[in-house]
Amino acid sequence: MIKYRALTGNEAAAYAMRQINPDVVAAYPITPQTSLMQKFADYIADGEVGTEIILVESEHSAMSACVGSSAAGARTMTATSANGLALMWEIVYIAASSRLPIVMPVVNRALSGPINIHCDHSDTMGCRDSGWIQIYSENAQEAYDNMIQAVRIAEDPNVLLPVMVMFDGFIISHGLENVEVYPDKDVKGFVGEYKPKHYLLDIKHPYTFGPIDLTDYYFEHKRQQSQAMSQASGGILNVAQEFNEKFGRLYSLIEAYKVHDAEIAIVAIGSTCGTAKAVVDELRQKNVKAGLLKIRSFRPFPEDDIAVALLKCKAVAVLDRAEGFSATGGPLYREVKAAMFGREKVFVRNYIYGLGGRDIGLDDIRLVYNELQEIVKTQKIKPPIKYLGVRE
Amino acid sequence: MTKSKQKAQNLKGWKDIPQGGLILEAGNAANYKTGGWRSVRPVHDEKKCINCLFCWIYCPDSAIIVKDGKVVGVDYEHCKGCGICARECPVKPEKAIRMVKEGEENK
Repeated sequence: MIKYRALTGNEAAAYAMRQINPDVVAAYPITPQTSLMQKFADYIADGEVGTEIILVESEHSAMSACVGSSAAGARTMTATSANGLALMWEIVYIAASSRLPIVMPVVNRALSGPINIHCDHSDTMGCRDSGWIQIYSENAQEAYDNMIQAVRIAEDPNVLLPVMVMFDGFIISHGLENVEVYPDKDVKGFVGEYKPKHYLLDIKHPYTFGPIDLTDYYFEHKRQQSQAMSQASGGILNVAQEFNEKFGRLYSLIEAYKVHDAEIAIVAIGSTCGTAKAVVDELRQKNVKAGLLKIRSFRPFPEDDIAVALLKCKAVAVLDRAEGFSATGGPLYREVKAAMFGREKVFVRNYIYGLGGRDIGLDDIRLVYNELQEIVKTQKIKPPIKYLGVRE
Repeated sequence: MTKSKQKAQNLKGWKDIPQGGLILEAGNAANYKTGGWRSVRPVHDEKKCINCLFCWIYCPDSAIIVKDGKVVGVDYEHCKGCGICARECPVKPEKAIRMVKEGEENK
């Protein structure tokens, strides 16, 4: 029997954590992540999980404690947002390069300054090169499902990389949704037991962790990391396949919503995809061939899947909820454009939107599709980068 | 590092080393030759030495070689030339260990 619960995104992620029952969690509160860890702390206080929680004095310490705990052999998690992630920065890279399968929900929030607590993707886009797998969620259901899958992806011996599970601050984290939750034993059975090959508490096999790595071996270790990230696509797909079969879902690296015959399409990440799907349905009723391509896995970046999905489109709008300050467009736009390079002629325009939680509604999305139709008609794309929803 | 130098040191490729920078053999620090970092080297004078073993205690790289309670030399494959041994040497008026610029030890 399908069981639904009314959960916010944060509660859904905490619910997944309760079912996963990690050995160690080290965390520090930050809006909008706070209510996630607050809920999880309830589970600990109520004896529903056996997790050792480490309350630390900052996010830098939280991730440091996670590195130590994961290296010791414990299944380890933390959670953060925006400036908390920024304060972790140094250790975020160390976790990835030490190949520690830590799982971290990141509730997306604009980085300061000026100080702002609302959603954009500047926090996780900023550490897109940190070596973490990055999986974005469209709603609370996906946040819950992605948390469960993340554990398996991270601990896959062919991957062995930490995973960030992202969902939009407030829009998802504090919005109440009907979430289908699975029985505890099914989730526990799915994630299984963590059996690391090397762990520091294995006192019969002592080894050195985190030694200095200079001109002689650093490059080789980076090469291993890039190989792991290349293999992560397969890892994500394997876990998704098993998850889909067991729980009746349709996860992949991307979601192509009515894109197969689309002439115009939007590429987006996170909760905006839900809004865009509504507009796609509306346009399809009017016989406009519109589609939406949702990026679930941003790291690894599914370049081929994206290029193939968009191959038949005449004009594409890439929506970035982060300004990369490259002076040549947002991060998702630049990577999608690179994915399309050398393939069929497709116009690709960038819309930077929603910074600092600026709302994006159906009208905004309608405007984007209208402008795409205009591009197809005129065969002109000027300017290539636009700001959607900013006051001139 | 040049290719020939890498080959001479018998360094392994990325497929042949443990992930995440782990070193799986315990007690492996001796395998890492740090002598090349040195710009000044300690030169030990057996005649002046009183074998107090201060240098042996203080050396952060265990590079003072002691045999039967006596200092018999310096392990130059690991000594980084930090100079702590010479500083701590209590022998007066001239210390039993002095720091000499690399390449000028025979002058």
